[in-house]
Amino acid sequence: MSGMVGGIQAYRGSEVYELSPATREPQWARLTILGLSLLFFAIFLLMPLLAVFVEALRKGWEVYWQAITNPDTGAAIRLTLLAAAIAIPLNVVFGVAAAWCISKFEFRGKQLLITLIDLPFSVSPVVAGLVYVLVFGAHGWLGEWLSEHNIKIIFAVPGIVLATIFVTFPFVARELIPLMQAQGTDAEEAAVSLGASGWQTFWRVTLPSIKWGLLYGVILCNARAMGEFGAVSVVSGHLRGQTTTLPLHVEILYNEYQFAAAFAVASLLALLALVTLGIKLFIEWRSA
Amino acid sequence: MAQAVGKRVLPGFGLSVGYTLVYLSLIVLIPLSAVFISAASMQWNEFWQVVSSPQVVSSYRVSFLTSLLAALINSLFGLLIAWSLVRYNFFGKRLVDALIDLPFALPTAVAGITLSALYAKNGWIGSLFAPFGIKIAFTPLGILIALIFIGLPFVVRTIQPVLQELSLEFEEAAATLGATRWQAFSRVVLPALLPAMLTGFALAFARAVGEYGSVIFIAGNVPMVSEITPLLIITRLEQFDVAGATAIATVMLVVSFSLLLIINGLQHWAGSRKRYLTGGDFA
Repeated sequence: MSGMVGGIQAYRGSEVYELSPATREPQWARLTILGLSLLFFAIFLLMPLLAVFVEALRKGWEVYWQAITNPDTGAAIRLTLLAAAIAIPLNVVFGVAAAWCISKFEFRGKQLLITLIDLPFSVSPVVAGLVYVLVFGAHGWLGEWLSEHNIKIIFAVPGIVLATIFVTFPFVARELIPLMQAQGTDAEEAAVSLGASGWQTFWRVTLPSIKWGLLYGVILCNARAMGEFGAVSVVSGHLRGQTTTLPLHVEILYNEYQFAAAFAVASLLALLALVTLGIKLFIEWRSA
Repeated sequence: MAQAVGKRVLPGFGLSVGYTLVYLSLIVLIPLSAVFISAASMQWNEFWQVVSSPQVVSSYRVSFLTSLLAALINSLFGLLIAWSLVRYNFFGKRLVDALIDLPFALPTAVAGITLSALYAKNGWIGSLFAPFGIKIAFTPLGILIALIFIGLPFVVRTIQPVLQELSLEFEEAAATLGATRWQAFSRVVLPALLPAMLTGFALAFARAVGEYGSVIFIAGNVPMVSEITPLLIITRLEQFDVAGATAIATVMLVVSFSLLLIINGLQHWAGSRKRYLTGGDFA
């Protein structure tokens, strides 16, 4: 699903198309296309973004401040950060390992491996949560063993972390595989033939050349990790202040009709989304 | 040749492929196989009763139709937006381009509550339709809105790079041969964009079928009317009916895997036509 994350790309200026009548639309057509595009953009993307902040501040700063400094919100923030802090490094190591073997070597079944890495993107988040219930839940494969040893995974923090790892699994690998495939193996081969060890080659040759792609993968991974709802919802158990991440906390507040508070917490996540898009722009600008 | 040398020279193949396979198996493959293995341990009658019950069949219909319609609408407007971004200069273009990815970055639950606030009968948009007796939030129309929101970037981001790299020579040749602008678009540009459009459509559709967070807040979740299939999995789980949830999940997984295969095929097709269409043979 390479369309998933857009990828880093350079731009050809749109002036090129204005030069020749062969690639230029009549004025009315251009205005219609542009008008419809911007209208659709404004209704479906801009208005929701603005509405989050307007709804969050509807009852004033005081309610807003109370909502985001509430101890339950604090607990949700900590759990969200924890899940992301575990999921991201694990998926980074995996992404680098997967991209290394796929881009630097030829082997049978490579295409299948690439497809399998994409699997979590095509699975419904709800099913992603369910699979861990089937493995670790009370009646799951390991349920009996886990309860004998007094280990809780489902309806507890480990389940949330696992579900987060699952849904963010492909992000880093997806960014690095095409990038490292395009870069080929020449630089690494030169380093090795000059006597560098494998790790030296990786740290000094490969890593500097993939750093922006890696960062790109990490911020996309982070946005999804902190924002995941469906998968985490299945395994969370919704214990307030204990197993609720920020998106789940938003749901609880919303279902209690505390709309201003729900939107206040939601606005934190919307800010995270804006920061993510900002960093993405910065990376595109740096690597263009 | 370089690859053949690389195989001998570069270290780390065993370690990286081994780690990749172990991690992939532990996190993805084994847990996913649990769905099929658990489903296989059910009686066929029992399985069939769950997945063909009227409430579940009705949810397939809601999920399928709203996802299909959302992906169609996104294909049309995604093409217009990609076209505007590539071919026109306008004020705020960089902002528009950056915010296209908002649905990827904005958590689905946030999108869900926001869209239901906007489209409720006292919301900014809902209040425009309420006087005509049109309810959007808490009806299947609301589901459609949410699915349009989350699917849009898939279409734009699939078409945009292809349009960007499309060689101008094709349109110039068409114009030279006397084609009108519309003919050049419909017979030259559109066929070239078709693989990307279909890929974008399939990606948006696949995402929409499995979507949960942004939908449940706005759907109203009325049985037989506005219940999506992922919601029924959650409902079964809440009733501690893990077997029922697993049966429905099996159907969803089969659909997801089929879509993944179709998308891979489409991307392969798009890739094989790319060199030709970007002017590789002309330059």
